[in-house]
Amino acid sequence: MSCSMGTTAAVSATAVKGQSQAGDTIARLITVIFAASLLVVAALLVFQLFSRSADARHQFGLGFLSSSAWNPVTDEFGAWPFIYGTIVTSVVGLLISIPLGVGAAMFLSELAPAGVSNALTFVVELLAAIPSVIYGLLAIFTLVPLMRSYVEPFLKATLGFLPLFSGPAFGVGYLTAGVVLAIMTVPFIISVSRESLLAVPREQREAALALGATRWETTWQIVVPYAKLGILGSIFLGLARALGETMAVTMVIGNDPKAHVSLLASGYSIAAVIANEFAEAGGRLHPSALVELGLVLFGLTIVINGLARLMIVATTSKGSKRS
Amino acid sequence: MSRLLIWRKLVNGVMLSLTGVCTVLTVAALFAILGLLIYNGGKSLSWSFFTQLPAPPGELGGGLANAIVGSVQIVGAAALIGIPIGFFAGVYLSEYEDKMFASVVRYVADLLNGVPSIVVGILAWALVVKPMGGFSGLAGSAALSVMLIPIVTRQTEQFLREVPLSLREAALALGANKWKMIATVVVPAGSKGVLTGMILGVARISGESAPLLFTALSNQFWGGLTEPTASLPVMIYKLATSPYDDWNRQAWAGGLVLIGLVLIANVSARLVLARGVSVPRG
Repeated sequence: MSCSMGTTAAVSATAVKGQSQAGDTIARLITVIFAASLLVVAALLVFQLFSRSADARHQFGLGFLSSSAWNPVTDEFGAWPFIYGTIVTSVVGLLISIPLGVGAAMFLSELAPAGVSNALTFVVELLAAIPSVIYGLLAIFTLVPLMRSYVEPFLKATLGFLPLFSGPAFGVGYLTAGVVLAIMTVPFIISVSRESLLAVPREQREAALALGATRWETTWQIVVPYAKLGILGSIFLGLARALGETMAVTMVIGNDPKAHVSLLASGYSIAAVIANEFAEAGGRLHPSALVELGLVLFGLTIVINGLARLMIVATTSKGSKRS
Repeated sequence: MSRLLIWRKLVNGVMLSLTGVCTVLTVAALFAILGLLIYNGGKSLSWSFFTQLPAPPGELGGGLANAIVGSVQIVGAAALIGIPIGFFAGVYLSEYEDKMFASVVRYVADLLNGVPSIVVGILAWALVVKPMGGFSGLAGSAALSVMLIPIVTRQTEQFLREVPLSLREAALALGANKWKMIATVVVPAGSKGVLTGMILGVARISGESAPLLFTALSNQFWGGLTEPTASLPVMIYKLATSPYDDWNRQAWAGGLVLIGLVLIANVSARLVLARGVSVPRG
């Protein structure tokens, strides 16, 4: 009697155990499949960018990158004006947003009390949540008139002898697109830089202050160098975002497929030309050339994002280990 | 005081004030943006904006009802595709980590997160628009879901990792299997954070226009998942770049509605749901 009960219990226990192991295996399998789907999406992305640009790549070869011809009617395509415009607008944007962002990050991590710092960072991060088409909308109706009637005439009057600020000023162009990109990248620079500044151990500051350094000297000569990799990472993060930014740039860059030296001139960016021409691109070569531009943009942002992440990981782990 | 000391104190004061100025400028930018949108958008917002179709060029009035409904359809379908995939992938990264595969998935998720949205649009065009032979709301959803998946994956992973180890050990010690522990202890404990991540992800994709330009396209009339569909962000772009004053006014109204939705989602997700784990850390 007791013996048979014992066997039943043992048998059912094994059954339960077998069942549960099956359950675990299935649960694991399901999550693995979903995780693997991310790899599939990434692989599809790379594959499609290559295969859909095959026509243009075979037709133009590497000359595609340096050619300035862009004429869908005669099927001539070159990427240079767009690559140039993308880089120039991003550099202008970063030249404004780096001092602004790093300055604000220093204030938020070194001077502001924790409560104020957190509240202001929350507000700054909301800036990053604003859709880019809204930046474009505001830029068209408020920034462009402002640039046309005040900023650009002023630049021409004071720095007009430089080729960078020559030629007629329409309000739209590289400079205006750069200003918009500055506002759009600043929240990324502030929030990541602030975090790497906060990760600097307290002892570093105390030691500098105890040696008689002023608050500014401590920040600039001790804290910032300690966090420099993280700050650099935040800048690269902003750069990657600026390079790929589409709507706001499309709306204010002026859409002229030529490379101009003057920052006041109209230009074009990679993302903007894809946005404007892709839906209506006909024939064989035009869509293919646009996809190849997408491939170039993809390559640029992947490299820059990869560098940014390496730097950010390096500083935050260094800081947390030593503190 | 020596000359040098005075100079150093001066530099100290000037530079520290400058960092304050940088902060004020940035924070002021947000309020300027909100103020301009409320001022210009508020003037143009009316009841018909929510109920009527866009007016033909040159005619006054009309609304963006089709774009609002279209955005809900496109974003809704994208959330239905993207949230489950991202959630389970996130559970995998947090709970079943095998070193090699998990770090590859994590790296690829970050990589996908950094891909410019316009390039994601090209992927959806190649995978959906081309085979189906035309622009459709579904193609737009596909593009947006590709943007949503990595966001939800990383957020889910991050918040599930914050669930204390002691909770897991307690569940296992009581005889729960691993999947039961995950389903009944870990996920409920991390649910607030995971939900926050999902809301932030959906808010982010609902403001995207670049990947919709050549997937969902746009439409002056009601769309659907199988035909070209208007969406609020794309409509704002079209109206803002048009030469008609009345359309430009509609763009402002659309901008106000869009930013209202996005900011409400962001603020409520971050403040009300707050951060982290629903149980005290042990």
